Amino acid sequence: MRRRERLWRRLAGPQNRNLWFWVFVGPFALGLVVFTYVPLGWSVYLSFFDAHNTVSPTDFVGFDNYTSMLRNDAFTDSLWTFVVFTAFIVPTTFVLSLSLALMVNRMRRAQAFLRSVFFLPAACSYVVAALIWKMSIFNGVRFGLANTVLGWFGAEQTAWLSTTDPPWYWLVIVTVRLWLQAGFYMILFLAGLQRISPTLYEAAAVDGARPGWQVLRHITLPQLRTTSVAVTLLLVINAFQAFDEFYNLLSDARGYPPYARPPLVYLYYTALGQGQNLGLGSAGAVLLALIIAVVAIGQARWFGLGRKED
Amino acid sequence: MYDAWVKVGRALRVALLIALALLFLIPFYLLVRNGLASEQDITSPDWTFFPSTLHWSNVRELFEDSTVPMARSLYNSALIAVLTTAGTLLLASLAGYGLARIPYRHADRVFYAILATMMVPAAVTFVPSFVLVSSLGWVSTLRGLIVPTLFSAFACFVFRQYFLGFPRELEDAARVDGLGHWRTYWLVVVPNSRPVFAAVGTIVFIGAWNSFLWPLVIGQDRDAWTVQVALASFTTSQVIRLHVVFIAAAVSIVPLLVVFLFFQRWIVAGVERSGIDE
Repeated sequence: MRRRERLWRRLAGPQNRNLWFWVFVGPFALGLVVFTYVPLGWSVYLSFFDAHNTVSPTDFVGFDNYTSMLRNDAFTDSLWTFVVFTAFIVPTTFVLSLSLALMVNRMRRAQAFLRSVFFLPAACSYVVAALIWKMSIFNGVRFGLANTVLGWFGAEQTAWLSTTDPPWYWLVIVTVRLWLQAGFYMILFLAGLQRISPTLYEAAAVDGARPGWQVLRHITLPQLRTTSVAVTLLLVINAFQAFDEFYNLLSDARGYPPYARPPLVYLYYTALGQGQNLGLGSAGAVLLALIIAVVAIGQARWFGLGRKED
Repeated sequence: MYDAWVKVGRALRVALLIALALLFLIPFYLLVRNGLASEQDITSPDWTFFPSTLHWSNVRELFEDSTVPMARSLYNSALIAVLTTAGTLLLASLAGYGLARIPYRHADRVFYAILATMMVPAAVTFVPSFVLVSSLGWVSTLRGLIVPTLFSAFACFVFRQYFLGFPRELEDAARVDGLGHWRTYWLVVVPNSRPVFAAVGTIVFIGAWNSFLWPLVIGQDRDAWTVQVALASFTTSQVIRLHVVFIAAAVSIVPLLVVFLFFQRWIVAGVERSGIDE
């Protein structure tokens, strides 16, 4: 009873900071430990065991899961798919969203309207977008919009999603993501543009810089550096997570075509599909985490993230 | 001469923007057009911009469809999105406030431990998270769908950045009036921080409504499907009635478009003020 009273007094006063800190941060931190740190640790543990259909394994297999994962063509192919996808989607989204921001920023009257139009797809889910792309725009048969429009010019019909040579399915995959993401990054760039002081542009004009390319190169782009770093980081992190559109666009009744399966989709099928091989899936997840950590740290070093503004 | 080029440039820019805007709107148009068309109109080789007749009965057909539990999925998604948003706002704002405003020796370490989880994509933890949730017996339950997603490091980060810039005078006034941390938070800080709550809330709501991988993994029973999982079951199934698929997708984005258009300026304000890109 007396103890309780003392606790109450400690809580009531503003003086006990450590206790109050944990009253505010504790529930969140605890949840994060339980639902992120514990699964991470469990994943590392499981990856050393043979765990088919079970979460409490008994057979210790050492690094076997890792070696069989790395020897597995399907897994290494998925890593390759991911590299190509990232190399494709990051620069294209970056350029498109920056161009949109630059153009929209210079519009006076229709700025709010255009911003909404380009931002609107961000409200759409990958599932819905994939559905429109797969069953309407890039439908392989004649009623697809792309084939209809190409037909007006006398072009032949293309089976967009099942053609691998040339890899037309990339066009479908990449445009879905561009449509969904460009508007969001455009908003980030617009925010960055608004922070650039107008006096810089006035100074440039006094110095005789031609509006257009020169100003863009010497004033605008350098001023957008922090925004650009953040956008690139977010784009790469999002590319790591690519799952929804691959799952919805490239699946068919026979399962996945082997030519386009990013790691996450592959892991989903390994761990939770027919095999239910949680040990192997965990090993893949750990490998993926290591790769992501290396890339993220390398990227941070490359951009000098955390460095003070020059 | 130079002025003429500027004018041409401006005209080109406007033309390009209009073309791009139309390109961005086409998918939405196709969604509605195909959703209200008859199956023959969708699959006709002579594609027309407008369908010959509008079939509003497609909506009824969608909800009477026995293969995909659309009404149930919409209900699940709405419940999940609302509860996730409320829970995330509560937990993340408290944590963000504590990290920003309550001096504690290890506050920075705690903050970095939280931030580090942002670098760990859900991609990597979904296998062990599934293991954890299934060992709790939460597969195909609302708990399993909601609770693990409540601890968003991103939301916590935004709140912390925002509260770091919160005017100290307001808190000092509250302190003088004899309010402790708890009442200062509820009576002074929250009512004065509505924009950031609206911004984070909108982003979390949209994310929860649109999320796919976690509901796919956890919502295994049909009764626990979210609307995204229900839609995906259309695209991956063999027998497809196109008009039903499209009207389902159209219905699924209506609630979100309303939220989105209504709160859009909050998202923009949130991005500009939160320092996401700083």
